[in-house]
This record gives sequence, C-alpha cells and structure tokens, in this order.
Amino acid sequence: MPAPVAPAESPAPLSGAPPQTVIAFQDVSISFEGNTVLDGISFSLERGETKALLGVAGSGKSTILKLTMGLVKPDRGQIWVLGQEVSAMKEEDLFELRRKIGMVFQESALFDSLTVRDNVAYRLIEEGVPEDRVQKRVEEALRFVEMEHTLNMFPGELSGGMRRRVAIARAIVDQPEIVLYDSPTGGLDPVTSTTIIELLVKQRDVYHNSSLLVSHRLQDAFTMATHYFDRGQNRMVPVDSAHIDTRTSFLVLRDAKVIFDGSAHELASNRDEYIREYIS
Amino acid sequence: MELISPTDWTKNLVLAIQEWTYLAARSIGNVFRQPRYVADTLQQADLIGVGSLPIVVLTGFFTGGVLALNAARTLEQYGSLSLTGQLVSISMVRELGPTLAGLMVAGRNASGMASELGSMKVTEQIDAMRALGTDPSKKLVTPRVVATIIMLFFLTIICDFFGLTGGFAVSALGLHLDAHQYWSNAYQSLEFGDVIIGLVKPLLFGFLVATIGCYYGLTSRGGTQGVGRATTQAVVAASIMILGVNYFTSQLLLYLLK
Repeated sequence: MPAPVAPAESPAPLSGAPPQTVIAFQDVSISFEGNTVLDGISFSLERGETKALLGVAGSGKSTILKLTMGLVKPDRGQIWVLGQEVSAMKEEDLFELRRKIGMVFQESALFDSLTVRDNVAYRLIEEGVPEDRVQKRVEEALRFVEMEHTLNMFPGELSGGMRRRVAIARAIVDQPEIVLYDSPTGGLDPVTSTTIIELLVKQRDVYHNSSLLVSHRLQDAFTMATHYFDRGQNRMVPVDSAHIDTRTSFLVLRDAKVIFDGSAHELASNRDEYIREYIS
Repeated sequence: MELISPTDWTKNLVLAIQEWTYLAARSIGNVFRQPRYVADTLQQADLIGVGSLPIVVLTGFFTGGVLALNAARTLEQYGSLSLTGQLVSISMVRELGPTLAGLMVAGRNASGMASELGSMKVTEQIDAMRALGTDPSKKLVTPRVVATIIMLFFLTIICDFFGLTGGFAVSALGLHLDAHQYWSNAYQSLEFGDVIIGLVKPLLFGFLVATIGCYYGLTSRGGTQGVGRATTQAVVAASIMILGVNYFTSQLLLYLLK
C-alpha cells in the first residue's frame, strides 16, 4: 500500500510545496462532540487531478470537503488550498477564496425559493457580472448538464437526479479551479447515477479542473478512473490505459485515518484485508 | 427525557449569549461594509412592515378601546371622565404601543425568520451560500435587522394612532364624550419625554426581534423537529426580552428625561 502523503515540515512548503499542488492536508484532525472524525490525515491533490474519497458512512469524507472549503475548522493541522492556508484564515477572508471553488452538496442544497436560473446564476449575480453575460453563462452551464429546459422551474419541481445536475451546473458556472463533489450519486438509481458520473467525467476532461469526489459507490470512482469523455461521440468511453491517463486517484479512510492513497491499479492490487473486502 | 446538569446548562446559556452577541454585532457592523443588500432589505421591509400592518392595527385599536372602557369606570368615580383621552394617550404612546407592536412582530416575524433560516440551515443552504462566497450574516441577517428596526418604528406609531382611535371610538360611542375634548386632551397630555420613550423602544425591540429570530434559525439543528423547536424558542426569547428590556428602558429613560 502506498504511504499517505507525508506531512510537510512547516507551513512554508506551500511555497516550498510543488507549485502544482492545489490542495494539501497536513496532519489534520477534527472531532465533533468528543468523537474523532479525522485523526492526523495528510494528502495532496495536484492540478488537474481527481481524487475519489472512499470509506464507510461516517468515516469523515464529507468533513474533508467542508474543511477544504473552510466551512469547518480543524482542531489540529494545516490545510492549504490554492496557496492559502484556509485553516488559519478568518471567515471574512475565506469568501474570496471560495469563489474559486465549486461545491456540489450531498442533497444538492439548491436555494428552494429561487428558480433554477437564479440558483445557477447566484455566484455571478453576487459578483456583479452584467446581466447579458449572466444569462449566457447560465444557459451554457445548464446545457452542459442537459437541463436548459428547467430554466424557470423551482428546485421543488425537479426530481432528485435533476436537482443534482442543476447543483453541478451551479458549481461549475464560472469554471472554478477546484470542484468538490459530495456524494453526487447518493440516493439515485443506477441509470441516473451513471448519467451524473458521465457529467463529472465530461467536466474533468473538457475543463480539466481539479476535483475531490466523495462517494459511497466504489463503481462510480472506478468508472471515473477507467473512462474518459470523447467529444466526438459526445459520451464517455472506456479508456485505453496505454494512451490516456484519467489522472484519477483514490483515498480510502478507515477509523478516522487514511489507509490508502494511490491509483486505481494500486487499489485493485492491494493486499490489505480491509481494502480487499471493501472493494469486493 | 434527558436531564442536563446545571453546569452544562449554564455553559450552554453563556455560549448562546456569546454567539448571539457576536451575530448581533456583525449584523450592525455589516451596515457599514460592502456589499449591501438593498433589494433584500426592501423585500424584508415589505414582508415585515406591510405584512404586520393588519395585526398591529387591530391590536392597537382594540387595546385602546379596552383601555378607555376600563379607565372610564375608575375615572367616572372621581368625576374625571374627560381625562380618558389622557390616560389612553400616555399608556399607548409610552408603553402599550411599543410593547404590543413589538410582541406582535415577534410572534409573526421572529418565528418566520427562525423557521426560514432554520430550514435553510438543516438543508445545507446556509453552507451552500458560504461555499458560493456569500456571507450569510450580510445577505440574510443584516437586511432583516435593518428592515425590522425601521418598520417596527413606523408600526409602533401606527399602533399608537389606532390605539387612540380605538379609545376614541369607545369614548364617543359608549361614554358619549366630546370628540374635541378627547383628542385635545390626548394630544396636550403628551410631553416630549413620553414621545421619546415611545419611539426609542421600537428601535431596541426591532433589533432584538430580528437578531433573536435569526440567531435561533442559524443555530437550529436536528431536521424539521429542530426547526420547529427553534421557531418556538425564538418567539419565547424575543417576547421575554421585549418585556424585560421594556421595563429597564422605561426606568432608564424616565430617569434621564426627568
């Protein structure tokens, strides 16, 4: 099993860390009401890489995304995102950084009093983007997720899968450098789940963002690692590993610790009993 | 039911006061910081002000009426029925107008704010807003606080006026008092200090109602049940705070304006 990324010696490695690193966790721990959720975890995400976070329910996968966003603060350790130490930043200073990150929440978290159009346009309106550009970019984002017909509908009128696609459109509307997906296929049927994963593959291969993907479904992560989006055919197709690297890696959590951090191939050939059982 | 130790209860209370104070201070500080959500403030002003108008008008009218009715019984024994206007006027402007308008707005709007923000909180919409780069205290709290303070000020004046009108209706129709006598008596008995007391209170009550409603909403947890609990707690806390602050404000202002 490849060892997890070693914690850096000091905060300086941010500048000292490889310039392509967009997210770095260094010895991060957090507890909620006495329960240790993450205990000294370290890993990094490189520019253009997708990392699937796997683990049983309650293993701290979603907490990692919230820590990345600065929505919760770690009890210990350092978190660097796009060269800034979010674990040491004040809430007021984090808003600027968060505008460079898109996040798809577990239950979509669409604003239920706003239309689909206003939900997707939310970030652009807040940034004071002119109305004609807002409309153009909202339509582009909704077309990307094939939801342009829902422009004037409210979230309550959409199915679970449609809400998830609108949430993806909202997260990617201004093409953030990093996209965080929190169980984007959770609670969806297999067909809709595949549609969502295909969107994530499309997003990765068309826009080349870096992303963290939390998933309960191992097959979702493997699909991402073994498929790429073919623009000619306008669909995802199995990868020819000799020629294409999907740059998708895996991180497995167990008992608040990282027990695996590596590629799909390394995961599949891992001899650890727990991991063998998990992926079987 | 789970019992909570007095130490934990005290700690939770101190923590709640600390968090509420921080939220309240930020809500006011945001008025002087960009961005300012003017459209949201106007929308809230419409919801709080226009929406609360009927209930405040009816409360004021019937309270003024019942005040005149009860005052008349006592005043009649001393042959001072003509002072009914004075009694209704001072009671409404100094105490009942601000307090009743505050309680009505607390019942209607603190609950509305707690349930709306609470629902947003438990469905992760507040986190989504933060993730999208928006400060919820600027976008959600400050517009509600500013709108409630301004609208409760005007609602109190309206409540006072309809209280006097209710008192007049009872005086004219039930007690057969002269209209001119009632209104001139009501008007002339009011001093500068009475008006100041009556107009300072709604500013404080508006601040309390909105910050308490928002605080309970933003700290609610535990799904729909938690939202329901937050709504109830917001109304109870806001009402108690209004009554408590009303007493101490009256004491202080009476001393200062003496």
